[in-house]
Amino acid sequence: MTEAPPLGGPAPREGGSPSAEARLAETVRIEGARILATLVRTVGALELAEDAVQEATIAALRDWPVSGVPDNPRAWLTVASRRKAVDIIRREGLRAGKEREGTELVDLNAPEPAEGAVHDDQLRLIFTCCHPALALEARVALALRTLCGLSVEETAAALLTSEAAMAKRLTRTRQKIAQASIPYRVPSAAELPGRLAAVCAVLHSLYTSGHTRLSGERLMDVDVCAEAIRLARLLARLLPGAPEPAALLALLLLTEARRPARMNAAGEVVLLADQDRTLWDTAKIAEGLALLEMSLERTAGVADLYQLQAALAAQHAVAATSADTDWAEMVRLYDLLLSVQPANGAAALGRAVAVAEAEGPAAGLAALDLLTERDQRRQAVRAELLGRLGRFDEAIAAMRLSLDAALPDPEREHRVRRIARWSSGRV
Amino acid sequence: MPLYAALLYTPDLDWSAPEQADDMKQYRAFHDEAGDHIRGGNALRPTSTATVVRVVGARGGEVVVSDGPYAETKEVLSGFYLLECADLDEAITVAAKIPSAWQGAVEVRPVLPLDGE
Repeated sequence: MTEAPPLGGPAPREGGSPSAEARLAETVRIEGARILATLVRTVGALELAEDAVQEATIAALRDWPVSGVPDNPRAWLTVASRRKAVDIIRREGLRAGKEREGTELVDLNAPEPAEGAVHDDQLRLIFTCCHPALALEARVALALRTLCGLSVEETAAALLTSEAAMAKRLTRTRQKIAQASIPYRVPSAAELPGRLAAVCAVLHSLYTSGHTRLSGERLMDVDVCAEAIRLARLLARLLPGAPEPAALLALLLLTEARRPARMNAAGEVVLLADQDRTLWDTAKIAEGLALLEMSLERTAGVADLYQLQAALAAQHAVAATSADTDWAEMVRLYDLLLSVQPANGAAALGRAVAVAEAEGPAAGLAALDLLTERDQRRQAVRAELLGRLGRFDEAIAAMRLSLDAALPDPEREHRVRRIARWSSGRV
Repeated sequence: MPLYAALLYTPDLDWSAPEQADDMKQYRAFHDEAGDHIRGGNALRPTSTATVVRVVGARGGEVVVSDGPYAETKEVLSGFYLLECADLDEAITVAAKIPSAWQGAVEVRPVLPLDGE
């Protein structure tokens, strides 16, 4: 089967609130992803179920603006998806086996599944799509396509690759799921910790890919960060009381809360220290702090990866100004994080920044020089610390080195402005 | 039920050597535990006994025989099992009990049925 053409994605947003069509498209997309989870169980094949739901959502987006949105959109989409599944099975004249049996299983008149059954199906699908036997990048792509219901084109755009390459990656991933018999099942209690870690890694990676784009323009049709948070919220709701999903959601919320202040009205990057903290989303901060507290209570003080990162984000969130931040505590948390994840380059860099804030730029530089990584972020931090020490020539040289890498335009412009300031002798 | 090949990658070793006796005991324990899943398999002689056969070009071409390309490899294929399991999760659970999983690594591959399903 080939991928259906990408239709019905959300209309491009320009600044203001999304249009009515975009809102309708989003409803259809989210309902579609929900229906898909149950249809996969019914027909026993991921690709077939995906195609059926996609055809149903395309029909909805074509018909509804003309005929009006039905009273019960979910029921409409459920029946339409089942019918499309039967159509596809007949149309393909199907290979013998599983999918033909599926025809009898697809009962067009079956009542809508109960809420509890849908939750079980959603959890199954999450664990299947995020199975650790799949490469992380394959899991991330499948999560966007299958769990978030994005089109192939949108998934490709979100992960900065071509539509053709994305279609190929998705096909290979689905083939592995089918051929290696990756089960559609919630893992047993014994398997759960490792499997949950694989799921959380997908959601974290998804959020990070939206939050720190490597290059290109900032405007995107799809808000990957919002999708990651939506999935993290779903996971936390499906596994209430589980500490890891709660800590992950806390981390994403506490990070997302600062997003409105990351750029000013002119589209320029604003460093954490200079951000207008009144722009931070207090509701997200409150929710993140409560989730983190609940999560920590349940692990009896032994903090995991996401708890530590959420705790770091929480330190920023509760400080009224950058100067009020408890930088010594930040260093301690980074040390703990690095003891769990010694190869975490971002954490090592964050630690050096915290050391600079706690003990002065010279101490920060010393911590930085111990790092083996020599990427653009390290060069940029090094430049800032040199600038603070008044060593402008070295700061300019380091910042110029950092510009060799691919960077988002606003970040690049920010660094160029820093160089200009140091060149004119202003700090 | 799906069949999986569990390919055992370990340091190059001679299973028949007396110093492997403890190892063999561990494998016998695995056989007792996973007997319901094991449909076949064998240990392999060390790579020093291996012969690599290639036919140049196409069928009927020159037969080139050489010893293995193993000189630089730290872990080599040293045995295999054929496992029948309900799904990949069960295959992973079984594979994790094979001693070479901690002495090296076990690669789990689904078997393509010869009759093409």
